[in-house]
Amino acid sequence: MITLTHYLVASALLFTIGLAGIMTRRNIIMILLSIEIMFNAANLAFVAYARAWGDLGGQICAFFIITVAAAEVTVGLAIAILLARQLKTLHADEVRLMKW
Amino acid sequence: MAETVFFYLLSLIMLGAALSVALNRHPIYSVLSLLVVMGCLACLFVMLGAFFVAALQVLLYAGAVLVLFLFVVMLLNLEPEALARVQVFTIRAAGTLAALVLLSYLLRLIRPLDGQPTLASLPAPGGDVESLGRLLFTTYVLPFELTSFLILAAIVGAVTLGKPSPDEQDQRCQTPFPLRDDRAKGV
Amino acid sequence: MVGQALSLEPSAFSLLGWTALLAPLAAALLIQLVGVHRRRLSAGLAIVSLLISFAATGWLFLQTLPRPALVPYESSIDWIAVPGLTIPFGILLDQLSLLMALVVTGVGSAIFIYSVGYMAEDHAYSRFFGLLSLFAFSMLTIVLATNWIQLFIGWELVGFCSYALIGHWYAKPSAAEAGKKAFLVNRVADFGFFLGILALWATSSLTPAGRTFHFLTLEQHLPLLAHSGAIPIATLPLIGLLLFCGPVGKSAQFPLHVWLPDAMEGPTPVSALIHAATMVAAGVYLLCRAFWLFEDLPSVLATIMWVGGATAFLAACLALVENDLKRILAYSTLSQLGYMVMALGLGGLVAGMYHLTTHALFKALLFLAAGSVIHGTHEQEIWKLGGLTRSMRWTSAAFFVGGLALCGFPGLSGFFSKDEILVLAHARNPALYWLGTLTAGLTAFYIARAWFAAFTGPSRTRAHESPPVMLAPLGLLALLSIAGGYVFIPQYLGQPHGALHWPVAAVSMGVVALGLTLAWLIYQRNMVSATQVVEALALPYSFLKRRYYLDDLYAWYVAVIQQKLIAGLCALFERYLIIGTMVNGTAALTRALGGLIRLCQTGRIQTYVLAFLLGVAWLLSTVMPR
Repeated sequence: MITLTHYLVASALLFTIGLAGIMTRRNIIMILLSIEIMFNAANLAFVAYARAWGDLGGQICAFFIITVAAAEVTVGLAIAILLARQLKTLHADEVRLMKW
Repeated sequence: MAETVFFYLLSLIMLGAALSVALNRHPIYSVLSLLVVMGCLACLFVMLGAFFVAALQVLLYAGAVLVLFLFVVMLLNLEPEALARVQVFTIRAAGTLAALVLLSYLLRLIRPLDGQPTLASLPAPGGDVESLGRLLFTTYVLPFELTSFLILAAIVGAVTLGKPSPDEQDQRCQTPFPLRDDRAKGV
Repeated sequence: MVGQALSLEPSAFSLLGWTALLAPLAAALLIQLVGVHRRRLSAGLAIVSLLISFAATGWLFLQTLPRPALVPYESSIDWIAVPGLTIPFGILLDQLSLLMALVVTGVGSAIFIYSVGYMAEDHAYSRFFGLLSLFAFSMLTIVLATNWIQLFIGWELVGFCSYALIGHWYAKPSAAEAGKKAFLVNRVADFGFFLGILALWATSSLTPAGRTFHFLTLEQHLPLLAHSGAIPIATLPLIGLLLFCGPVGKSAQFPLHVWLPDAMEGPTPVSALIHAATMVAAGVYLLCRAFWLFEDLPSVLATIMWVGGATAFLAACLALVENDLKRILAYSTLSQLGYMVMALGLGGLVAGMYHLTTHALFKALLFLAAGSVIHGTHEQEIWKLGGLTRSMRWTSAAFFVGGLALCGFPGLSGFFSKDEILVLAHARNPALYWLGTLTAGLTAFYIARAWFAAFTGPSRTRAHESPPVMLAPLGLLALLSIAGGYVFIPQYLGQPHGALHWPVAAVSMGVVALGLTLAWLIYQRNMVSATQVVEALALPYSFLKRRYYLDDLYAWYVAVIQQKLIAGLCALFERYLIIGTMVNGTAALTRALGGLIRLCQTGRIQTYVLAFLLGVAWLLSTVMPR
């Protein structure tokens, strides 16, 4: 009795929770963590569709998303460490160099 | 029947853990909650017949990415987050509200429940290693190869960014804890 | 090209005329280009060019002598030629312009030669001669002009040259102020003048295409237009009055005469040439040129003659109390200019031009003699001079001749020309006749006063005679002052020879004799004490000393009304409206807007994510509606 819609709702909820995490968290590392949740939500949607349409392409997509997310986390955390070293803080309000 | 129970159970645990990731003040608890999320997700993948992806989820995501996060949290010795300052409360409130709005849009996109076939009735695509591998090396070989470049770039980037600055290198030469001075004794 | 031949060689006329006009301009340009530090070259260029002009003018003058009733000769090129507006630049040769040009170039040449000696020790020698040449060209532009715009161009140019030459020693504050004053007063007058020119142009034709600035065309067409009733009654008198504003400024008539006495700050050759002989006479020349316009306008003529008469009398009174030699001569110039303008107001074109010519000769003589005195004694106040008949014999003789001519001593040129005017006044307006006669007596008195104080008596200062280069022009001008009355200028200008009017002549001679005697008694023989007279007439004396408080009035007007009121209002407008609102306001607005937009860039990641989110939400709501 579980249809595609169930999984999609779960995916949407997960995505939104990740989004809310990004908006509310004050630590850069925690924001990166919330981004990971969003990746996972996308993964769930892809795999659900793969099951619904009988197309393995969705699982391939999930595969690549996992790989890319790994690479992204690597670089992202490296940057975060660099930020911590330079600015001596990881507070999201203090890190506001991205402006003129 | 079992499928329904498992789905709801796993989804609830997953969403609860996700909420913990988003809202918990202790960073360690957040990271560990993410581990729970990933575990539940792997189980859901198995229910959807994507065995290889589930394995990868556990191995790569939970096993590598999360460990990386743990290391960083412990290296930086992150403190539990203080309460939000009043000034930027508006942004956070606005952000949460916007997220909820987005959720409403997303939910509207999803087709209503009635009239849809259950997933169990549909033929399983077969998410085992062999079929996925076949696809990866034929249809999707280009992205597969490009991913290696991506990983190379990530490695180079991480190493470059993580390199200590020249004036810090002198500090690094010093040992973090004192060593016994053997020379003084005279051997 | 418009050229109406009147003799066997039209091309020669054209060539000579253009040479006469352009030679001084060429000299001015050459001096500016190559003569800046070459004194002798600059002086040589200026003098040679003006002599060339004089020769050309003289030849043309001689050509016109045998045939007095001559059709005017014209040669011009179109300077501006667009549909609806044609302004030519050219030369108009008739008796009037040739006579005036002869005066300008002849007296000018004498003064140029004189300046070589007078300005010998000056630092800005070349600049002086360059400006003098430019002035000569500008004056000839006025004299030989074929149309009102060309005349106006020359008019303004002489104003500029006058300003530059008055302020030749610009490091001296009084000289710079005097130059400014001359130019500004003239500017005020030229405003009315230009309005008159434009009004004349506008009424010159019923069709827009037929409007013209051309003298001869206007002279032919405008009276017809006026008589046919196409122009409103009040238009022509108004135009006449506006045009008269020009001579009021340029010829220093009352009440815009205030610049001329101050203009004596300039070097004496400048005073002689510009402020005695030529430029100030340009106003009179203008009235002669446009005489056809004024002839039928009795109200305008009345204004002209009374302004002239008032100027003549009031200026003569002011000369009575002056102690500076050049200032006395300046007021004398004012007075004589008043005579000329009065003559024109009375309808005597010939009398006015006659007096202009003779006045140019003897006033230039007087000024050059005064310059010689200044050069020899470095002193200008008459009470600090004295005994110059012994130490500067030639100069004294020249001044003596000039003074007699000014008085109108019988036999000298001034006598004939002034008598023409008085005869005219006697016939047309007795009140002005008596005013003119009284002024003649005052003239005799003040010039004799100057003579007795500065030239006779004990010498109070050391003096040496001037070099021959300065004395030769003096001698020449003295001869001309004596002989000028016998050259029959009125006949040249078309007036038939008339017999001498004995009653008028007798009265004027008597008045002159009275003036001379009084001056002799007071200043030479000291039979009547000057100081006692002054004390007895203390109130009029102080009134005259303060120059009728006109200078004070103008200064008050400029300081209070103009500067505080009008300029203050303009400054407020400028400061608050233009600078405050438009300039600073725009900048402030831009800054404010920028400040608002700047708030979007917080640099915080979460702000940017929020922006993203809002965009995505909007996209979802519009692109994928349900």
